[in-house]
Amino acid sequence: MSREQQVLDRIERVRRRKPVVREERITLAHGAGGKATHTLIEAVFLEAFRNPLLAPLDDGAILRLEDARAAFTTDSFVVSPLFFPGGDIGDLAVNGTVNDLAMCGARPCHLSAGFILEEGFPVADLRRVTASMAAAAAAAEVTIVTGDTKVVPRGKGDGCYITTAGVGLIEQPVTLTAAGARPGDAVIVSGPIGAHGAAIMLARGDFDIEAPITSDTASLHGIVADLLRAIPQHVRTLRDATRGGIATVINEVAVASEVAVVLQEEKIPVRPEVTGVCELLGLDPLYVACEGRFVTVVDGEHAAQALDTLRGHPLGSEAEIIGTVADDPPGLVLLRTTFGGTRVVDVLVGDPLPRIC
Amino acid sequence: MRFVDEYRDADRARALGERIAAACRPGRRYTFMEVCGGHTHTIYKHGLEDHLPPEVNLVHGPGCPVCVIPMGRVDDAIHIARQPDVIMTSFGDMMRVPGGSGSFLDAKAEGADIRMVYSPLDALKIARANPDRRVVFMAIGFETTAPSTAVTVLRAAAEGLSNFSVFCNHVLIIPAIKAILDSPDLRLDGFIGPGHVSAVIGCQPYEFIAHDYGKPMVVAGFEPLDILTSVHMLLGQLAEGRCQVENQYARVVPWHGNRVALSAIGQVMRLRPHFEWRGLGFIAHSALAMAEDYAAFDAERVFDLPGVRVADPRSCQCGEVLKGVLKPWECKVFGTACTPETPIGTCMVSSEGACAAYYNFGRFSRERMRAAADEPLAGEASRA
Repeated sequence: MSREQQVLDRIERVRRRKPVVREERITLAHGAGGKATHTLIEAVFLEAFRNPLLAPLDDGAILRLEDARAAFTTDSFVVSPLFFPGGDIGDLAVNGTVNDLAMCGARPCHLSAGFILEEGFPVADLRRVTASMAAAAAAAEVTIVTGDTKVVPRGKGDGCYITTAGVGLIEQPVTLTAAGARPGDAVIVSGPIGAHGAAIMLARGDFDIEAPITSDTASLHGIVADLLRAIPQHVRTLRDATRGGIATVINEVAVASEVAVVLQEEKIPVRPEVTGVCELLGLDPLYVACEGRFVTVVDGEHAAQALDTLRGHPLGSEAEIIGTVADDPPGLVLLRTTFGGTRVVDVLVGDPLPRIC
Repeated sequence: MRFVDEYRDADRARALGERIAAACRPGRRYTFMEVCGGHTHTIYKHGLEDHLPPEVNLVHGPGCPVCVIPMGRVDDAIHIARQPDVIMTSFGDMMRVPGGSGSFLDAKAEGADIRMVYSPLDALKIARANPDRRVVFMAIGFETTAPSTAVTVLRAAAEGLSNFSVFCNHVLIIPAIKAILDSPDLRLDGFIGPGHVSAVIGCQPYEFIAHDYGKPMVVAGFEPLDILTSVHMLLGQLAEGRCQVENQYARVVPWHGNRVALSAIGQVMRLRPHFEWRGLGFIAHSALAMAEDYAAFDAERVFDLPGVRVADPRSCQCGEVLKGVLKPWECKVFGTACTPETPIGTCMVSSEGACAAYYNFGRFSRERMRAAADEPLAGEASRA
């Protein structure tokens, strides 16, 4: 074995070690959805709460209630600014939880909503947020059935934070897990990536850049239901590509399934204006958040059918097969670049963009 | 996207790769250093080495602004940031750079007010909006970023802002290249010259490299085809027995540089007698400080600094990596104790650092990567 290969093998062993939180205090990187977030979740939360329902760390937990299977999930929203082109914190709070349920293969049914409001927050803004939540809930055919409100002193919060939880019923005979990918499977993305992150960045007004980019926030339960109806037995994994972008969720699949994923850069849909903003700011669209896009791994033989099904839904008209699952090297995501080279696509490190959702 | 796609075309890359292979003399190995971290990033991000024949070896140079910041300067900056009335502003790349006791990110989590900016002018905006706070800009970078720092100081002076200062860590590329050329353990056949720096200083200052050291240089752009073209130009010079400074990036780099930018630097800054570089040690006349006339904007005079020199961790081999003596993976702690999330050395911090680029994009046997990458897309065949 070459010396380089020995070094690389040693690195892979280190990467598989149990994660340890080394920092003494929480940093913004712990909220970015990348490596630090994973480490925090596994070393603090999973360590404290470990149980079989939580351990897979999928988008939601699957509960058995009598004969029914239900999915249960929760998500918090701290986006800044609260209002941005294409949506606001209210849409995100509903769509984010609805999408997590959809990724479990569930039909979303009921949500809860908890509000942490800062003293001085305008009631008119709160009405605007709740109106968006009501509209998003109606579109997703869910009801918000319980809630809670707390107010913190001025300066102890930033306007409005929302936590939603949701339950949904799994009605198809599906088994969805990040560990389900097998060699020969196809990786599909449901539409152009990175619009939400780019929209938030521009909405903050930190750069003198103007571009017609609106957030892609949308509830995905409809398009997912179409896919699961078409090929219920052949969908291995569903993941919505929020913080950390598609690169991070595809890495989760590669690691959990112990497979390699090979992506084709030229197949990955990115709108030109999003590419432009990313080029200017030195960001890689693969890591920029989406709020209405998902990645699915399906049996390679049913990939074409899956793609046709997704493209038949308005939210999936630009879906693409972007990659293939291979057996070697396990746990690694590779990208065949448009330039004709090959490189590794790693999990996000650090935080390019705090408070994106 | 125009101005980008045409420099990333795979067919042109393949053709150029064949011409590069044909230009190599059989049995000879060629080692070129790309001086600039931006080039390192491009090489790994696009998988450029897949187009190079095995005879051509690229080594990564010292041109990554955060990679060369010594730990003591990071500690000084954190000391300033901890003053109760201070807002420290910095480029995002700086946030995770480790000092002797933690990074900006750690200091921020402990309560220091440290904000990320994309331009020093943003720091000036923060100063205007917070007249009761002292706002400091952590200035880093080569001649590429020094002009914007200089212009910001000139503007602050014109506005009479009294709560703004610059912690100046600007460094110069020529002394760094000279230090590398003088390093005994290095065998280079030529340089891929830094495009952005050269847009400011021009190509003329590099002529000593060809004249005095007999090494060719091609100043290159940042798209992958720019770099492949530059490799081909270097091989051409060697084949023809020429040794010159050539400009591949003429669409951006004027031969004599940008006089306006240079004069702004000259007005606001002065040469330091010497400055410490991470891994390279002290290099004479290699960095800039604020000039006397702008002392009021010089954080080194506004604040009392500990100014303690901190030795690099013994396990860290950033110096060898910055000089191109070691490939990133040859460092003892690469990828195990030193990773992008817990960097020991600066080369692992910035996306332009050789180690981070190699870890994030290249950390795998190229043969196994190629074998995997040749798999066709599932579903393509059934659709066709």
